Amino acid sequence: MASGSEEGSGFPADDYESLIATTDVELLKRAWRNEKAAPEILHFQTALVQRSREQIQLMEETVEEFGENGTDPLTVSLYQMDLDRTQFLLRSYLRIRLQKIEKYMFHILKTDVWSRLSEQEQKFAKRCTDDMERHLEQSVLSRLPDGYQSILKQSVASEEDDMVPEPRLDTFVFCKSKGSIEAFQLDDSKEVVDLVADDLYILRYNSVKPLIESGQIDLV
Amino acid sequence: MAGQSDPYISLFSAQEVEFLGEDEMVEIVPNMRMDPLNLICGDFGPFRPQIATQVPLWLAVALKKRGKCTIRPPEWMSVDKLTQVLEAERNSLREFQPLPFHYVEIARLLSDHARDDIPDVYMVRSLIEDIRNVRFHKVETGLETIHERTHAVKLKNLSAMEANIVRPFVVRALQAFYKHDSPEMIPQPDTTAIRRRQVADRGPKRDRRY
Repeated sequence: MASGSEEGSGFPADDYESLIATTDVELLKRAWRNEKAAPEILHFQTALVQRSREQIQLMEETVEEFGENGTDPLTVSLYQMDLDRTQFLLRSYLRIRLQKIEKYMFHILKTDVWSRLSEQEQKFAKRCTDDMERHLEQSVLSRLPDGYQSILKQSVASEEDDMVPEPRLDTFVFCKSKGSIEAFQLDDSKEVVDLVADDLYILRYNSVKPLIESGQIDLV
Repeated sequence: MAGQSDPYISLFSAQEVEFLGEDEMVEIVPNMRMDPLNLICGDFGPFRPQIATQVPLWLAVALKKRGKCTIRPPEWMSVDKLTQVLEAERNSLREFQPLPFHYVEIARLLSDHARDDIPDVYMVRSLIEDIRNVRFHKVETGLETIHERTHAVKLKNLSAMEANIVRPFVVRALQAFYKHDSPEMIPQPDTTAIRRRQVADRGPKRDRRY
């Protein structure tokens, strides 16, 4: 679902805008902003990350070649800056995801959020939870009375897993819509709003989640 | 503002907002020859002396720092235009004037690095400062209209930096209202919004005392 659905959504009619909006850097920037602003971890942008990695690698080789064949140092430094900016975006994107995984690992592990992680992220999450479980087990849980030793529950009396930190999905996010969306239903209320293209709104994350996934709105 | 140092509360650092602003396009007039640049973020150039071309702000600033170009300040960054904006900003109690989403960052970067390319740079700077202040005051007054049934807030023309600064407070306020929003609270016009607001402000302190 990563990039395919995003590219299909309606871009502004302005040719130049839409041309810019389709570069991978622009898509990566959008993914980075969304990931940063969303309370929970979003779907990993597999194809986009793969493409960005390839472009970064290609550019690294180009810059190296430039160094060898005596290209004007100014040009080289500009290519290097562009490279640095793209690398920053990619690294920051991956890091925010790791932070979220660390924060919500038990929640991620026991829900279908698990499928939003990349293969490497799943490995990381598994190792994280294993380590954390072992650590808590050794330092605290094993010394507690029977019935209080679960890592997920306060005690056996708890019906739900009440010791698992979960992201707050009812929080509010700042977002911008790319096209106009008429009579958009805000989840639990009967209210509807018309979202005008390019205007800034503060809405409940829960209610706009599908629009983020379909790429119709961006978090800012 | 409180909470700005906490990355979980204030989402984007000022540097990150500036980073985003650096991708806005500006027009430069190079004074040298350089082949087109095929960058990851797009293709720019070719660069020919005296022939204007569009590049992202970061590229413009990089060239400017090395004395390779002059930057043409965007149209909205003139004393005339900004004076008009300031006036309109003052005359309208609620609405924000349309300015680029990254106007604060663009103006800052240009007046830091391309001072000699901006006519009346000091005037421009102080106008931007005034506009920011007026707009900020408006944001603060606007927040008073948030009440317990607020499910959506529209901030037309609010800029990136402004949104980022008010975000921690607004989000917490909306969350608090959302949490305390219970069916038996029947909203009454006018005064309730203000009274409720004060109640919400004092709420946490009282809790702590118990």
